Amino acid sequence: MNILVYLEHWDGKFKKSTFELVSYAAAIAKQFQSNVYGIVLGNAETNEIEQLSKYGLENIIHIQNDVFKVLDNQLFTDVISQTVEFVNAKCIIFAHNNTGKALASRLSAKLKAGLVSGVVALPESKSPFIIRKKLFTGKATAQVKVNTEKCVLTLSQNAYGVYENSVAINKINADIKINAELCKTNLKEVQKFTAKVLLTDAEIVVSGGRGLKGPENWHVIEELADVLGAATACTRPVSDEGWRPHHEHVGQTGKIVAPMLYFACGISGAIQHVAGISSSKYIIAINKDAEAPIFEAADYGIVGDVMQVLPELTKKIKEFKK
Amino acid sequence: MNFELTEEQKLIQQAARDLAEREALLDVIERDEKAEYPYKHVQRMKELGFFGMTVDPKYDGGGMDSLSYVLVLEELSKHDSSLAVILSVHNSLACWGLENFGNEYQKEKYLKPMARGEVIGAFLLSEPEAGSDATHQKTLAEDMGDHYLVNGIKNWITSASTAGYYILIAQTKPELKHKGINAFIVEKDTPGITIGPHENKMGMRSSDTHSVMFTNVKVPKENRIGEEGFGFKFAMKCLEVGRIGIAAQALGIAEGAYMRALKYAKERKAFGTEIANHQAIAFKLADMAVKIETAKLLVYKAATLKDLHQPFGLIGAMAKRYCADIAMEVTTDAVQIHGGYGYVKEYHVERLFREAKLTQIYEGTSEIQRIVISRSILNE
Amino acid sequence: MKILVCISNVPDTTTKIKFTSDGKQFDATGVQWIINPWDELALTRALELKETTGGLIENITVINVGTKDTEITIRKALSVGADHAVRIDAIPTDAYAVASEIAKYVETHPFDLILTGIESSDYNGNAVGGMLAELLNIPSVSSVSSIEINEGKLIITREIDGGKQILDVPTPLVAIVQKGIAKEPRIPSMRGIMAARTKVIEVVNPINVAPLTDYILFELPQPKGKCKMIPADQLDELIHVLHQEIKAI
Repeated sequence: MNILVYLEHWDGKFKKSTFELVSYAAAIAKQFQSNVYGIVLGNAETNEIEQLSKYGLENIIHIQNDVFKVLDNQLFTDVISQTVEFVNAKCIIFAHNNTGKALASRLSAKLKAGLVSGVVALPESKSPFIIRKKLFTGKATAQVKVNTEKCVLTLSQNAYGVYENSVAINKINADIKINAELCKTNLKEVQKFTAKVLLTDAEIVVSGGRGLKGPENWHVIEELADVLGAATACTRPVSDEGWRPHHEHVGQTGKIVAPMLYFACGISGAIQHVAGISSSKYIIAINKDAEAPIFEAADYGIVGDVMQVLPELTKKIKEFKK
Repeated sequence: MNFELTEEQKLIQQAARDLAEREALLDVIERDEKAEYPYKHVQRMKELGFFGMTVDPKYDGGGMDSLSYVLVLEELSKHDSSLAVILSVHNSLACWGLENFGNEYQKEKYLKPMARGEVIGAFLLSEPEAGSDATHQKTLAEDMGDHYLVNGIKNWITSASTAGYYILIAQTKPELKHKGINAFIVEKDTPGITIGPHENKMGMRSSDTHSVMFTNVKVPKENRIGEEGFGFKFAMKCLEVGRIGIAAQALGIAEGAYMRALKYAKERKAFGTEIANHQAIAFKLADMAVKIETAKLLVYKAATLKDLHQPFGLIGAMAKRYCADIAMEVTTDAVQIHGGYGYVKEYHVERLFREAKLTQIYEGTSEIQRIVISRSILNE
Repeated sequence: MKILVCISNVPDTTTKIKFTSDGKQFDATGVQWIINPWDELALTRALELKETTGGLIENITVINVGTKDTEITIRKALSVGADHAVRIDAIPTDAYAVASEIAKYVETHPFDLILTGIESSDYNGNAVGGMLAELLNIPSVSSVSSIEINEGKLIITREIDGGKQILDVPTPLVAIVQKGIAKEPRIPSMRGIMAARTKVIEVVNPINVAPLTDYILFELPQPKGKCKMIPADQLDELIHVLHQEIKAI
C-alpha cells in the first residue's frame, strides 16, 4: 500500500504546509509499513526538493516541463494518475488548498477511488480504510469509510503538524507520458495581492469586524499585524461593505483559516465566522461587549474598545521586542 | 386542517425574511433615530413586487393569496415594522378597496399603477376629532354638479407625503350622517392639498406620517368610489381587511422581540449560569412563546378565511385585538429580560416595544376591536 | 450558450449542528434548508451573464440530485430566473454518486458551461465539480472568483495563493466557483415566483451509483475551555501570555 503525495510548489519553492504534508504522508507510510513517494510537477529547485527528505520523503518523482507552469487540472490529473499506477500507490494525498482540492476530486473520479477531503488525523484503520475529516465547516468531524481499494485524501492545514525525520531521498525517473494537448488553460495575466503575509500561510492572523466602524480605522489592525508578522483578515459584513477586499473574508463562506494565533478584534462572533476560525490553536478576542459570543470561542478575552486596546497592545509588543 | 405552508408561501416568506435581515436591519436603528423614510427599502419592496402583491394579475398585481401577504408583513415586522405599515396601508386599504369597489375606469387608471408599485397609496380617514368614531367626518366633499369640492383636515396619514394617490373619506351629506359619507380617489398633486409637518412619533418612526389639509380641492365626479353614500361602508370594509395586516405586523413585532430575548437569555450569564436557566426568565419565555403561537393561529386563520372567501371580520378583529395586546406584553417582557441592555437602542427590543404600542391604537384600537367582537358574538 | 448550474440543498448556515444519539446520522429536526451558498452565487452570476450579454446565453438550467423535499430550493432557483430545472430523484450519498448522476444527464443534454460551488457547506467535499469534469472528460477550473464573457469567449479569474490568474479556457468547461463570483444572491420577486409556476421541474430517474465512501460516525468537537478574561488596563498580562504560552513573541 504505497503512498503518493502531490507536492505543489510556488515559483519553485515549498512552504511549511508542504513539510506538513510530507510529515503526514511519511507517518501514514510508517503506520501501514509501506513506502512514500512524492510527485513534483514543473521547475522546482533541486535544493528545495532535497529539503523534503528532512521530513521523511523517501522517493521523489520530479517531472520538469514548461507545460506545468500553469495549473491545468485535466493535464495534471492525467500525469498524477499515471504516476499512481507507476508507483502502485493506494493512497494519494493532497494539501487541502485550492490546487489540492481541484486535483483530488478529478483524480478520485478518474481512479474511482474514494475521496475524503479535509482529513484531520492519521487513518484509524487500514482495512477497511477509515479516517476522520472535518465537516460543517469545522463545526463537527466524522469518520469516513472508504469502500474502494485506493483512496484520495486532502489534508487540512495545520491539522497534523511538521515533524522532522531525516531519510535519504531517492530520485526516481518515471515513465510518464505528458499529454500536453490536454492543457486547455491559457494564462492571460497574473495579479498579485499586495498583502505582506498570505492569509492562508499565516501563523498569526489579526482580523477586524464591524466594531472597527470603518475602513479609515484599519490602521490599528495593520499596525498590530505588522509588529507580529501577521496576515490581516476581516469578517463578512466588512468585506460586503467594501471596507476590505473579499479575499480577506474569513468565515463559512469565505476562507477557512487554522493559524496558531487568531486575533478577533471588534468581531461579535457570528456562528458563520466562528466556523471559519475554530481550528485556530489560540483565539484572542477583543470586544467592547462583554456578552459577545466571540468570547465563547476565544481562549483569551479583553473587554474594551479596539481603537484603544489595539494601539496600546502594539506599543507594548514593540517595547517587549526591544 | 393543514398547518403546512405551501412551497410558494415558504418562498415568499423567505424572500421577505431575506429583505428584512440582509437589508432593512442594517440601518433600521439609524432610520428610527433620525425618523428617516426608508427610500432604499421601499424601492426594493417595489422591485420584489410586495406593493400590489395580492392584486389580481389582470390589474398588474402579483396575484398572491392573503396568507402569503400576512407572512410578508410578519417577516418585515420582526426587524422593521415601518416597512410593514407602508406596505399594509398600500395593499390592505388602498389597493384592496379600489380593486373590490372601484369601477373599471378607476382600476385601469389608479389601481394598475399602484399594483405595479409605481405609485404608493394612502388612506385618509382619521381626523383631529374623528379617530375611532369614523361616523363623524368633518371633512366636507360638497357635490358641485360636475365635481366635488373638498375642505377639511385629515390626521395621522401614513405615506401622506410619499403617496401619489389618496383614498379619501369625506362627508357629502351631513344630514344623512354616516350614510352621507363618500370615498374618493384624489391625486396628491391636486391644487389645494397641503401636507402638514412630519409627525414626531414614538415608534414606526421611519414611516411617513402627516396631517393633510384640503382647501377647495376639486375632485372629479368619476373619482367617487361606489354609489353615493357608500363611503362609510367602504371604509369599514377596508379596515376589516386592514386589521389582518396590522395583526400580522403585531405578530411579527412580538416574534422579533421574543427571538432576541431567547437568544440573549441563552447567552447572558448571571449567578453563575445563563439567565435562561433561571425559572423567572424561563417561564417568561414560555409564556411569550405560547402567546406568539396563539396569535399566529388567529392571524393565519383570518387570512385563510379571507382566501376561502368566507366571513373573516370577527376572526380578523380577534386577531388584531389579541396580536396587538400580546405584542405589547411580549415586547415589555423582552425589554425586561434584556435588563439594562433592553433599554438601549442597539438591542432592538426597546424599538420593538415602542412599535408594538401603535398596533394597539391604529386601524381600530384594541377597545374598538372588543366592541366589534362583542357585538358580533352577542348578535349571533 | 447553455449554462448548467448544479445546486445542492444544505442546512442554513446558522444551523446548530446536531447528530442522532448514536452518532450515525445528521439530525435534521427543525433544520431550515437552503441552496448551498456557493451554488446560489454561481446561479446569480449565470443570471447576470444572461442579462448582460444580449441573447448570447439561451438557457440556464439548474440540476439537483435529491428527493422530492428538495424541490423548494429548486423552485427558488426557478423563481430568481433559471429557465429550466432538473431533479435526479435519488438520495445524494457521496460526491462521486452525485457527480455520476449529473454526468449521466449531461451526456445526453450537453452544456457549454457548467457551474458548481467550490464546496457544500455541510459535507465540505470540494468534489462534485472536479469529479463531474473528469467523468465528462472536459476541462475544469477551480477557485473561480469571476466569469466574464468577452466577444463570446469566457474570461475566467482563478484565485491562487497570493493573487489571481486571468485565464482563457475553451468550452465545454466546468467552472468551480467561490466567493466573489457574485455579490449577493437574489431574492425572488413576486413576479418571478408567479413565472416559476409554469416552469416544470424535470424529474429524472437515477442510475443509482454506489458511493465510494460512507460516513460512519459523526462527532461534535469538545467544548472549548472557558475564555480567560484579561482586564483592558492590564495588557502586560497578555504580553506575558503571548510570550510564555502562545510563543508568538
